[in-house]
Amino acid sequence: MQNRVMESSKLNGSRPPASTGRVDVAIAGGGFVGLTLALALAKLAPDGFRIAVIDGKPFEEAGKGDARASALSAASRNLLQVLEIWPAIAPYAEPITAIDITDSPLQESGPRPLFVGFDNELKDGEPGAYVVQNGPLLTALAKAAAAEPNIELIAPDTVSGFEAESYGIDIQLESGRHLRAALLVAADGRRSALREAAGIKIIGWTYPQTGIVTTVSHSVPHGGKAVQHFLPAGPFALLPLPENRTSIVWTEEADEADRIMALDDAGFLKELERRFGAQLGQLSLAGPRQSFPLSLHVARSFIGPRFALVGDAAHGVHPLAGQGLNIGLRDVAALTEILVEGARLGLEPGDQVLLQRYERWRRFDSAVSALAMDLVNRLFSNENATMRTMRDMGLSVLDRLAPVKRMLVREASGKTGAVPQLLKGKRP
Amino acid sequence: MQQPETANLDPEEVRRFAEIADSWWDLNGPFRPLHQINPLRLTYIRDRLTEAFKRDASQGGSLEGLSILDIGCGGGLVCEPLRRLGASVTGIDPAEETIQVAKAHAAGAGLDIDYRATTAETLAERGEQFDAVLALEVVEHVHDVPAFIATLSTLVKPGGVMIASTINRTLKSYALAIVAAEYLLRWVPAGTHQWDRFVTTGELNAAFRAANLKPQDVTGMVYNPLADQWRLSSDSDVNYFAAAAKPA
Repeated sequence: MQNRVMESSKLNGSRPPASTGRVDVAIAGGGFVGLTLALALAKLAPDGFRIAVIDGKPFEEAGKGDARASALSAASRNLLQVLEIWPAIAPYAEPITAIDITDSPLQESGPRPLFVGFDNELKDGEPGAYVVQNGPLLTALAKAAAAEPNIELIAPDTVSGFEAESYGIDIQLESGRHLRAALLVAADGRRSALREAAGIKIIGWTYPQTGIVTTVSHSVPHGGKAVQHFLPAGPFALLPLPENRTSIVWTEEADEADRIMALDDAGFLKELERRFGAQLGQLSLAGPRQSFPLSLHVARSFIGPRFALVGDAAHGVHPLAGQGLNIGLRDVAALTEILVEGARLGLEPGDQVLLQRYERWRRFDSAVSALAMDLVNRLFSNENATMRTMRDMGLSVLDRLAPVKRMLVREASGKTGAVPQLLKGKRP
Repeated sequence: MQQPETANLDPEEVRRFAEIADSWWDLNGPFRPLHQINPLRLTYIRDRLTEAFKRDASQGGSLEGLSILDIGCGGGLVCEPLRRLGASVTGIDPAEETIQVAKAHAAGAGLDIDYRATTAETLAERGEQFDAVLALEVVEHVHDVPAFIATLSTLVKPGGVMIASTINRTLKSYALAIVAAEYLLRWVPAGTHQWDRFVTTGELNAAFRAANLKPQDVTGMVYNPLADQWRLSSDSDVNYFAAAAKPA
């Protein structure tokens, strides 16, 4: 008895729009997380949500001048594969085939190999993670978003105010333009202006540590191996890049970091070599040096009326494992799954019960990730007498902490918590 | 208060719901539990209907062209999403105040839904029929369940579907639906339910059969207090859905 013609002429047979807004979802912030969310919602919603992405910088400049690199977990790659963006990124991605996690002291002949494989976690031959340079990654995302008919890129412009009402959220832009959406998503980073405007407080603290990032070239191939070296001053990570280059994420006590950053290139390289060992041969700088203070934060709430936080706006972790991007993409995958499933039930993207589900799903997981990274940092980056004694005796504490190691590896491959479909490479 | 004729309804119950009509769309108001279970209700309804009418549930317009009657529609929590899925939706409720709230909300959301302050009996007398008839959390509020189901059956087109949800009459439901939901957790106003009006799955299926409806499915809905989440379950001791088909 299907497709019966309606007898009642009073009712309109054609389907109303999915929401009352001019767009379904407005996203403030066109970084990795904002653009990936835009692409996921535009491509995967049953009728394709209409999306606006607002950013202060023109999208043609996206990714230019960013020398940093990010670790991209296998789960994050799955998401980018479903969105058909991965082929544009793959040439810039170096697979990590193994991670050395070690806390052996400096000035030995390189870190003592304490191999932690990804096996048992992933399919045969599947790399556990990739290292991708931020520049090409952001450029590829901006290009894909510009090519997507359901996405409007609005830049340079910023959100100057917003007000949630019963049937939509009114968004005012700096340029004087107004937008109406069913949902406003804040993807505007660590110091999210929208989060503040929404009156959402954060819980967090700063570390007495500074992060130093740069890229080096080396004469000996890295063999796709990442190194996580827990030095007393803080974690020191080597992330392999294509073409015999390695991205360095180096944490130091703030004063020492200032001293190192003030050195000339030769002096800087000398300090690097002290921590590197000789394993990668001759080093030379292949990118600018940048430094930033380290902090941890989790927003007290991830949602408001017709409002949601994603990525660094919602949470920031200690960058010791380079996991910030992956955790942000987990927000993307979870929010997409919830809104797409909601649309299939006729629920609009601003539906508060759906947003509550997103918060329940992501807030706990984010806090666990943030605190786990914090715990590891505290365990290994200190002058703790017991730890130092054990190190001096040549005992690797990590050797005895198999669960911590497993957690780090699982975190690196993005396999913790309830995993959204997209991170398994499946459409929700 | 203008009251339509209510052959099978308790005027006291109608009055009680009319008093709180304004709060239908308040997520933290007296109808909070209905908002919380809404995705689950919609999942059950959509899955039964896409199955019965051979539609693709993953598509946005999965209920396109189907006519649906929602009996006891309240503020339109179920009507609005079903309309977005493409169905032509009629919502009826005995309380005029409630219908006014539902109409205003649909207008604000830009949805055309046929809301009427009337009863199932009145529609049946007029001979109106629908592809699907929904009676969600309604049968526990009527005096004579078999007579009510017989009336609803006449509203279902041949080949159509009837979906009801209600509360089972078990010791567990007494403890959970009345003591916990009304008095301890204050989910719903005290006095919302009377346990002796609750309907067992057997009684409901018997009423379906007597009304020429073929019982198709019974699915429970259970609450996990730790996760503060509802899910569909084979445990139908407290809240449950039941679906029946009218022969073509």
